[in-house]
Amino acid sequence: MAHVAPAETDEAPVLRLARTLLWGFARIFSVVLLLVVWEALSRSGKFTPYQLPAPSAVLERIWSDGVSGDLAINTALTLYRALVSFAICAVGGVLIGMAMTRSKIANWFFDPIISVGFPMPKIAFLPVVILWLGVYDVSKITIIVIDAIFPVIAATVIAIQNVEREFIWSARNMGATNREVLTQIVLPAAMPQIMTGLQVALPLTLIVAVVAEMLMGGYGLGGAMMTASRFANSTGVFAGIVEIAVIGYVMVKAMAMVRRRLLIWHQEANDPTTA
Amino acid sequence: MTKALIRYSPLLILAIAWELTARLELVSTTALPPLSDVIAAWIDMIKDGELITNGASSLYRAFAGLALAILIGGALGIGMAWWKPVNVLLAPIVEIFYPLPKSALIPVTVIWLGFGDGSKILLIFLGCMLPVTIGAFNGARASEQVLVWSARSMGASKMRMLWDVVLPSAMPELLNGVRTALALSFILLVSSELIVAQKGFGYLIGSLGANGSYDAMYAVVLTVAFLGFAADRLYLLITRWTFAWRM
Repeated sequence: MAHVAPAETDEAPVLRLARTLLWGFARIFSVVLLLVVWEALSRSGKFTPYQLPAPSAVLERIWSDGVSGDLAINTALTLYRALVSFAICAVGGVLIGMAMTRSKIANWFFDPIISVGFPMPKIAFLPVVILWLGVYDVSKITIIVIDAIFPVIAATVIAIQNVEREFIWSARNMGATNREVLTQIVLPAAMPQIMTGLQVALPLTLIVAVVAEMLMGGYGLGGAMMTASRFANSTGVFAGIVEIAVIGYVMVKAMAMVRRRLLIWHQEANDPTTA
Repeated sequence: MTKALIRYSPLLILAIAWELTARLELVSTTALPPLSDVIAAWIDMIKDGELITNGASSLYRAFAGLALAILIGGALGIGMAWWKPVNVLLAPIVEIFYPLPKSALIPVTVIWLGFGDGSKILLIFLGCMLPVTIGAFNGARASEQVLVWSARSMGASKMRMLWDVVLPSAMPELLNGVRTALALSFILLVSSELIVAQKGFGYLIGSLGANGSYDAMYAVVLTVAFLGFAADRLYLLITRWTFAWRM
């Protein structure tokens, strides 16, 4: 997203430093501005603290949640639900995708389900899942998996179909077994697109985890926000947003790092990234 | 016709399996009412208008939020690609808010605008804006320099270049962003209505479930799922038809 300043080699080092500093400042300027405006608006008296609690009050609340240990418990539970579901989606999605490219029957069975199910708002099935599995972790993880597995399956199928035939033919020619073709040729070549599918699925797991927690209550960041909102405690609600935003940001960035690390051999590693 | 039948036969098989499991009472019929009962409940709800009034208010919310998101999000994205200061100012904010799970905003929109239409429209607008912005930004930034230069050398004004060159070439990516936003709008609509609402699909699902009329609840769930699917297919059809010149 960031524009890279044009590198001018014949520039004096001082100038270059000044440019870097200025650029760094420009990048955080608007975020600081946003915080200042927020603080000023909340102090101006135009809004009640219920409508817009001051950022300082929100930070204080996050601090006290952190000290009391609630923040750690809620964060750990939400992350646990999101990441377990993500792991299931990653393994299950890639396996189903692989099965669909290798077996006609698997393809016949799953293809219409994927093409109809992918664009559906599967979160609507949440009450059905609650009806079947109750309100504990199993049902939360189930609804998250239902929502987030589709992008992984679709990406895997497309990725494997797009692997160049020549690679597979040459590997076969050199005497590779089926298993070797799969693990050494097909999967690595399909990796970039599979990663893209995983990168779509990861934020989805967090979105659905938060909704499921809000609806079913209990511990977890979504549940904590809902409790705060029932008691008209809007500082708690805003604190929840900030906490969830930080987790979302860290997860997306971490995923981009994993991608760079795993695909270091791929030509895309040299391309400028947008993530 | 037979091809379509073979292609979609797994769905038919699933439907028959559903009906049989319920009829043979392999699972309790409260957990899984027979598909035929669900269809009957659906017809009843269409007849007494319950599904239609709630559906209309849901669709109004989704449409209003999405329209705002496309207009404002698209303008922001193209502005960010076209004027550097706008980009410097907005890019960090977009970068921070893009990974935010938008469902976290549900309680805040309720604090600001209450339980009615306003909070849902705001939520959908906020949630759907950034995918459109990023699509528009990437599309407009990638518009071919040659086209921009030739337009300029032929004496086009800045506004004209924006309208005639940058916007059309940003279209494919912008439309992809809108497709993401469309899917997201249904997710946010249903979740926010499930959590707090007095009408709409989500509210109907919640209240039917609480009353124990599970066949009707299944009917509404399937209706929402189908509408989301149909909206996506319709959107694809319209974009393909409108942008046939690009293919």
